[in-house]
Amino acid sequence: MTDIRVTEPPAHAEPRKLGGPRFRPGEAAFRALLLCCLAVGIIFLGVLLTYVLVEAWPRLDSRLWNNFPSIRRPERAGAQSAIFGTIWVVAFTALFCLPTGVMAAIYLEEYADPNRWYNRLIELNIQNLAAVPSIIYGILGLGLLARQLALGTTVLTAALTLSLLVLPVVIIASREAIRAVPQSIRQASLALGATQWQTIRRQVLPAAIPGIATGSILALSRAIGEAAPLLLLGAVTYVAFNPEGLESAYTVLPIQIFGWISQSREEFHHLAAAAIVILLAILLVMNAAAIWLRNRFSKRW
Amino acid sequence: MSPPPRTAAPDPAARRSLHRARPRYGERVIQALLLLAALVSVATTAGIVISLIPPTAEFFGRVDVGEFIGGTEWTALFTKPEYGVLPLLGATLLITVIALLVAIPVGLGAAIYLSEYASTRVRKVLKPALEVLAGVPTVVYGFFALSFVTPLLQEHWPFGEGPDFNNALSAGLVMGVMIIPTIASLSEDAMAAVPDALRDGAYALGSGKRVVSVRVVVPAALSGIVAACVLGVSRAIGETMIVAIASGNRATLSFNPLDAMQTMTGFIAQAGSGDIPVRSFEYKTIFAVGALLFVITFVMNMISIRLVRKYREVYE
Repeated sequence: MTDIRVTEPPAHAEPRKLGGPRFRPGEAAFRALLLCCLAVGIIFLGVLLTYVLVEAWPRLDSRLWNNFPSIRRPERAGAQSAIFGTIWVVAFTALFCLPTGVMAAIYLEEYADPNRWYNRLIELNIQNLAAVPSIIYGILGLGLLARQLALGTTVLTAALTLSLLVLPVVIIASREAIRAVPQSIRQASLALGATQWQTIRRQVLPAAIPGIATGSILALSRAIGEAAPLLLLGAVTYVAFNPEGLESAYTVLPIQIFGWISQSREEFHHLAAAAIVILLAILLVMNAAAIWLRNRFSKRW
Repeated sequence: MSPPPRTAAPDPAARRSLHRARPRYGERVIQALLLLAALVSVATTAGIVISLIPPTAEFFGRVDVGEFIGGTEWTALFTKPEYGVLPLLGATLLITVIALLVAIPVGLGAAIYLSEYASTRVRKVLKPALEVLAGVPTVVYGFFALSFVTPLLQEHWPFGEGPDFNNALSAGLVMGVMIIPTIASLSEDAMAAVPDALRDGAYALGSGKRVVSVRVVVPAALSGIVAACVLGVSRAIGETMIVAIASGNRATLSFNPLDAMQTMTGFIAQAGSGDIPVRSFEYKTIFAVGALLFVITFVMNMISIRLVRKYREVYE
């Protein structure tokens, strides 16, 4: 190290370029491995969709939405009562859970003092509820709503149970949307003499609505696909009529699909696949709406 | 705090308004209503506990706790019932382990790619694509496991006798894919929270991207990654439709993944979907198994929430 040369290095010792990428086989292999991990999920999804479509093809016609389910004659069976049941249940779920969820989110973001123990308890509780197995909500609906409150196994019980199930999702998504509204907007409104509620209603909520709507649609699409809790709530598989009100018996698409899967005859297999295509189509439309909303109305502050 | 009066003391009522807003009862009412909405979630938890406790207590009035926890026979819906929960617990555990063997490596790999390698544009396409997996209804996964994965396994099974028509393996594999987005997206959040200074330090010491990812980013995000995995466990334990469809309704104590077996959720689904009279003892067993399931997932969720808080405290 003592030999410090001031002269130029000899010309034949070509200096290696500093920025030049050296080929590292380990790096390339690792990168390929990671890509494979991503591919697993996406290929699985592709195979699943293709398989379902192929199996559904022979039964994907108007019988599916014009006819009612039947055990004896699979060739004439359809899923009309399940489609209408799903619409009824999800409409009331939206009616129950969206206002409650948005209100709870407003409270937690705009009013709650996070240092108070009860606010921390509410927050912890919501995080836990978001991960409680859905069948536990079915037990809640069965034990408390259907039996104790004597609501029976009706559209009302199903909608209430699903509302409680997706409530944490709605709250968490709405809170994120509300939090994204910059503080300066609130301060400006308050400085002009608006009260806190006026600020929320006229400034914060309008700015947060696209985010809230996106989150709500995703929450409702979870409610549409949910079957486990409704198994306990008497969503009988072979209901040959559409719901007529909140007190009505009902079935929904996922339960109808489950019922057809349990049948061993070949026709029911195709029928199940066809009903799955309808279910996935509904979810696709909802998700597309959510993405459109997000891209169309989302603001960058 | 009040400024000294410049002129003679003004009208006391007008002065007070400067110090304190006049009470607005409407605002108070609105705040109370919003609090009430937030309390619905607390009421939900209370409702779950309230609906679980009385039937569970009645169950353990008849069945010994030791027999329930230690028993190896579960025939609750038979004429000569035995109430040993180990077969249900064992099946839940086995299927959860299979699911995690798929979901943790694949989910973690996807998370590292999305967080460390992918450009913003690629991430914008791939992340939602992965999240579509989380949006597929679980009945659909069950259908796929039973009618696609199981026949595939039976046909191409390399050694000896293949899996049964109902088996734990295909349910576990498909469940693993279902959990990938949970693990990938939460782990990616944790990795994104690791400050760039740590990465830059490692690059300055001459590390390549792989070393930075594996030796710096993953350890720094470890509590978040563990939280994601614990949440994955909780989801696997609580998943119902896949196991109800693909793994069968026979409660057997077996650790052979090719056998049919029934999980805790599978039993609740089977017993609950029949029309069981409220006063019957079978009805109580649903709640006893449900209580056990709730307690297990509750513990998992609490661990996961704690871990997430820990990494948030460190980096945010």
